[in-house]
Amino acid sequence: MAPAYAAQEPVSQPIRFSHKHHVGDDGLDCRYCHTSVEKSSFAGMPSTQICLTCHSQLFRDSPELAPLHASMRTDTPIRWNRVYDLPDFVYFDHSIHVNKGVACMECHGRVDQMPLMLRKEALDMQWCLGCHRIAPQHVRPLAQVFRMQDQRPLSDQELGQLNRLYHLQDTRRLTDCSTCHR
Amino acid sequence: MKKQTVIPIADARDDTAEDGIDRRSFLKLMAASAALASAGCKGPPQEQIVPYVRMPEMMVPGKPVYYASAFVHRGFAQGVLIESNTGRPTKIEGNPLHPASLGATDVFAQASILQLWDPDRSQAVYRGQALSTWETFETALQAQRETWSKDGGAGLRILTGTITSPTLADQLAALLQRYPNARWHCHDPLHDDAAIAAAHLAFGKPAETVLHLDKAAVVIAIDADLFGALPGSVRYAHDFAQRRRSGGDGVAGNRLYAVEIRPTLCGARADSRLALPPAEIERLIWRVAARIGTPGVPASLTGAAHADSSRWEAALARALIAHRGESLIVAGGSMSPATRALVHAMNATLGNVGKTITIIAPVEATPIDHVESITNLAAEMAAGKVKSLVMLDVNPVYDAPADLGFAKALGGVPFSVHLGLYRDETGRHAAWHLPLSHAYEHWSDARAYDGTASIVQPAIAPLYGGRSAHELVALLVNDDTRGGHALVRRTWARHAAGPDFETFWTDALRQGVIADSVSAALAIGSMHTPSPPSPTHVAAAPLAAVFVPDPATGAGEFANNAWLQELPRPFTKLTWDNVALIGAATARSRGLATGDLVRLNLDAMSDHALDIPVWVLPQHAEGVISLPLGYGRTAAGRVGNGVGADTYALRTVAAARGRAALQLHKTGKQHVLATTQQHTTMEGRDIVRLATLAQYRENPHFATDAPKKRVPKDSLYPEWEYKDYKWGMAIDLNACIGCNACTIACQAENNIPTVGKEEVLRGREMHWIRVDRYEVQHRGAGRAARSVFQPVPCMHCETAPCEEVCPVGATVHDSEGLNVQVYNRCVGTRFCSNNCPYKVRRFNFLQYSNNEVESFKAVQNPEVTVRRRGVMEKCTYCLQRITRARIEAEKLGRTLQDGEVVTACQAVCSTEAIVFGDLNNPNSKVNRAKASPLDYALLAELNTRPRTTYAAMVTNPDPALE
Repeated sequence: MAPAYAAQEPVSQPIRFSHKHHVGDDGLDCRYCHTSVEKSSFAGMPSTQICLTCHSQLFRDSPELAPLHASMRTDTPIRWNRVYDLPDFVYFDHSIHVNKGVACMECHGRVDQMPLMLRKEALDMQWCLGCHRIAPQHVRPLAQVFRMQDQRPLSDQELGQLNRLYHLQDTRRLTDCSTCHR
Repeated sequence: MKKQTVIPIADARDDTAEDGIDRRSFLKLMAASAALASAGCKGPPQEQIVPYVRMPEMMVPGKPVYYASAFVHRGFAQGVLIESNTGRPTKIEGNPLHPASLGATDVFAQASILQLWDPDRSQAVYRGQALSTWETFETALQAQRETWSKDGGAGLRILTGTITSPTLADQLAALLQRYPNARWHCHDPLHDDAAIAAAHLAFGKPAETVLHLDKAAVVIAIDADLFGALPGSVRYAHDFAQRRRSGGDGVAGNRLYAVEIRPTLCGARADSRLALPPAEIERLIWRVAARIGTPGVPASLTGAAHADSSRWEAALARALIAHRGESLIVAGGSMSPATRALVHAMNATLGNVGKTITIIAPVEATPIDHVESITNLAAEMAAGKVKSLVMLDVNPVYDAPADLGFAKALGGVPFSVHLGLYRDETGRHAAWHLPLSHAYEHWSDARAYDGTASIVQPAIAPLYGGRSAHELVALLVNDDTRGGHALVRRTWARHAAGPDFETFWTDALRQGVIADSVSAALAIGSMHTPSPPSPTHVAAAPLAAVFVPDPATGAGEFANNAWLQELPRPFTKLTWDNVALIGAATARSRGLATGDLVRLNLDAMSDHALDIPVWVLPQHAEGVISLPLGYGRTAAGRVGNGVGADTYALRTVAAARGRAALQLHKTGKQHVLATTQQHTTMEGRDIVRLATLAQYRENPHFATDAPKKRVPKDSLYPEWEYKDYKWGMAIDLNACIGCNACTIACQAENNIPTVGKEEVLRGREMHWIRVDRYEVQHRGAGRAARSVFQPVPCMHCETAPCEEVCPVGATVHDSEGLNVQVYNRCVGTRFCSNNCPYKVRRFNFLQYSNNEVESFKAVQNPEVTVRRRGVMEKCTYCLQRITRARIEAEKLGRTLQDGEVVTACQAVCSTEAIVFGDLNNPNSKVNRAKASPLDYALLAELNTRPRTTYAAMVTNPDPALE
């Protein structure tokens, strides 16, 4: 059963939002729009009001942004198409991943290079486990979690330090069924 | 409350397909194979994310928000926290700060969330049988208001249930001032009229009684279901259990005597219990009153005819005299006002008032006799004196006394208005029906059993355009203030002391309790002892009827709630029906067995007849028949219509006063009853282990010391190793009262579907935690069997038989000891269920979860998978709650503390019978509970090594009554 959009295929959206422009060119932090990524399982999608903090001034008359203004005018939310869709029996929590040093890039790729958002990975269970089995090798210092640029690989010593800091749960726990399924 | 734009859930399947036919209808029209072929090859639907336009301040999407509010049942408040997930209320928790809750709730509060989302709720204004609008109604009302202003409301009558809301009381008082000839009537079929009459007899003024069970060493309940039927029951159960733990070797800090008609939760919990018909109970209690020297009670009264009554008289009197100021007598249900006034006098004589009992001014706004009130109203209606009748959240066409002819009289009222949550029997007979907003959709206020006031705040905007009673009454008087929020604020701006109203208001909302609003003790002055009821008070009827509230539908207001209909009734384990309860000897003498359909006639009125199945309960008094109310509804909704027998048909004014003699005829027919537990004996096994306090003192290890109870030491399976947490549960049978709150809390938390009567008959109910009842006898003591309750969730066995037989590894042990069920692996062989000795696994034989109706999707807990057909499921120890707590702790870089993970069954339990925690933490509460000599494992001889264990029960019976 294939999802509506294959991996690496741009997903159509009501507004052609470019992560490349906002992240790559403007240097916006992920958390400016995805406000709950550190606090909640759901990273959060920006409310119309958040978009309008800038776009009430910038590119105000662009026809591309008409749906945004219509949303505010009519008090009707924008309906974005989900790009990363996990099965309903999988419970993924953004907050614990970013708090334990798993960078956005690990799963979402270089969004700063994506004019239109696409799903980088197939999101099958094997792929999740690929990381959960060797979680200690996939962490970054907290300061680099939201960075997009390719970064140098960490040395064994640095990884060891981070693992002591994060108190990562052991591989058995991280590969238990009950970690993601309930 | 701000307007909420949308419920942010969207599903592309809702989109309309080509050819003008939507997808859902299309699928329904197609044959199953064709539907599979067309839908099966497609991938999952494209989901959408719908963010806010303006996100509320402090909102964290994906995290629940809790609103402190109150669940109002029969007028009285139980403080609750409404859990809301992105704007959808999904679960009710008790409010730890509220005196009637202390964090727990009863079954009705748990099920109220399903009522909120019930698609059968009234969704529109009706004028007669035609759809109408609020605007049309307001126009019609305008003309009425002009008439009322002219004649002072001479033909206007208001009918409400029990009202404790200060705002509604103020509003109705203002209405009566504006229209001085109008009248306010009250009708609640379960209103305790005798208590009001008793207070007048004893104190000369209306009063209510608050019990302090934590201070009572001896409690005598006279046909009073302390733990099941009172506005303070949740708190009373808590206080009783707390007192129980505080002395008597930690298990028997008090002694409870119950003399009652039918088995109740209180009677099951009692240390010594006697079942008698109501007249006999009254005789017994008057003799006890004489023995303890209650002034004005003659010593020459005739005692009860029961063989044990003189022993009981002596024992009760002895216990009371030995515990002056530390005892408590409470009478309820069917007792006459005189006897209940006598109980006030007895408590005063014993010095209990002010210690174990507080007398307070009435909490309800109009402490009047409801039967008299509705009788007067019906007479006026029949006489044509009532021109306008406004009925606020009442259903008199269904539940008014049967001989009043209320429905017919209602037809003669030109302007009758019914405001109700459902377009029920009354809504269909009234000239106007208006949809009432649910308590979780509107602003209101209410008071608890002890007078404590709470603000009822909404957690969601009205789903169906309903309005509250406050908003309707504001229309009636043409109030300048129309909104519920403003009306409630106006009341409290008037009542609240202190200059800073905003701080007061914010605190009241945040805490769910208005500070210092508990009622002060009433100065009662001199007491009057009533004259004893004449011996012929209840004539020696061959069969007396007692009408009782139903543990699942109340008095009928929850009839359309599938969770409650399918909740096994505590003593019968019956679902989806009501039955006439009779004693064993009565059944024998009339040749009746459980399930026989009988025809009941009132002696006085032979045209009132009712066909109802009987249920033989050995603990029921003889010569009495208990008739649960709340069934046989005709306009409850799709769930409740036609379920059970309408016992209101026999409940005349006299019957509501406790005087009803019945004639019973066998019909020769049988009624199929769907029960979840077929027999109540333990077949010689030690499933529930119990001893008396004396036996326990002699041998504290009675629960585990006999050879056949010992746990085998060795196992063929390798030991597991647990590095971090090791979860476990302990259930204290000394605290469990069998109220079923755990079952229904679990149902709400874990998206457990209901299956209906047919499927229950096949044994396919889905409850993850059930409460078993057994009838047991103490070893070598006593004649009477007692009921014991045992909640049974998954045991999460260390050597789990289910895990060994699953061919696909869908049930496995996790690193913290949970026995987890992986739905996406399960292929439905049911081997696990067959191999489970505790029978706690539940299989989705059919598609039980309703994925069709939008509002049933909305009530689901987003943190738990909704299971499909063909999948096994069972208790997970509330894995989602463990995960949530663990993630929050991990983010702070610390380990979980004891008490941070609270399962749904544990949270709702009023007596704290369920303890959950980490077995690797030597100081955890669960480890302390398991260290007790009473701790034992169910079916330990099978070497399953359950992580859920039980504390054996210790009773404290009066030795003189053994």
